[in-house]
Amino acid sequence: MTRCSFYVRVCLVGALAVLLFLGAAPQSRAQFFGGEASSASATSIPQAQLIQPDALRHLLQSGGTQKPLVLQVGSHMMYSQAHIPGSVYAGPGAESNGLQLLASKVSSLPKNKFIVIYCGCCPWSHCPNMGPAYKKLHDLGFTNVKALYIANNFGDDWVAKGYPVDSGN
Amino acid sequence: MVAAGCLFLALCAGAAQPSLVHKPAPIFVRTSLSGQRIDLAACRGKVVLLNFWATWCGPCQVELPRFSEWQKQYGPKGLQVIAVSMDDDSTGVRPVVRKLNLDFPVVMGDERLGKLYGGVLGLPVTFLISRDGKVAARIEGGADLQAMERQIQQLLALH
Repeated sequence: MTRCSFYVRVCLVGALAVLLFLGAAPQSRAQFFGGEASSASATSIPQAQLIQPDALRHLLQSGGTQKPLVLQVGSHMMYSQAHIPGSVYAGPGAESNGLQLLASKVSSLPKNKFIVIYCGCCPWSHCPNMGPAYKKLHDLGFTNVKALYIANNFGDDWVAKGYPVDSGN
Repeated sequence: MVAAGCLFLALCAGAAQPSLVHKPAPIFVRTSLSGQRIDLAACRGKVVLLNFWATWCGPCQVELPRFSEWQKQYGPKGLQVIAVSMDDDSTGVRPVVRKLNLDFPVVMGDERLGKLYGGVLGLPVTFLISRDGKVAARIEGGADLQAMERQIQQLLALH
């Protein structure tokens, strides 16, 4: 066996193990399998807990009773330039004061409240805010949390698609 | 050759916000973190690399040291690097500027400056501005730094 094919096999086995783990994880509660908040990456949020931009747009425009509370967990400067209408600024998840603000925004809500968090500051794998924010809500006991999957950034994946936007504080 | 260069730059420009490309770069005046007055209009005649970044942006930290090298290498040939921090406040910016030993002006951005440049809704974003003050390229995300350097070299050759 060549060294190359050995590494390919190792990668495949690893990927299979991750998929099995994801499949076995309970779905009834916001899930997290990252480390400390400061080091949690957006990629640590389980696939099952992600919501795509188009799905969220439909949800918000549907007028149904299942509308979520949408929280922006990135920088305020990004929020003030453009944000999802009705969304609430909840502080950057990468910072402790941001997580405190997030906690205060949800402190009076029932634990089964449907919440969607989003950032869009950077490509998903580089976002420093989503992982810690998701973990914080998980730690607070929230059971119905989705993370808006923004592949590149909020400009490309929401604004440039013509989805609804507000600006200001 | 100039036309080919322009075509190359246009193709390399980011697709999300192409509206500023080939248009005059929006003018702004800011005071840098070191107290220097930065007037973009006064940079006419130079090639300007205008980079929007933040301390929490991983790819930004990769690019900034290269920009610092380019400022040293190409500064005498007419390159001016200006970095705009999109952090919410400057508290955490100064230590990073010191740590990375950035020797070009760093100014604090805001909502107004972001909107002026078509909305800075993801980082990093870099604008290359030609000697005549027009936006030659908008480069979004972690850039191909070799390609960006070639674009700068091309712009420096255009008089």
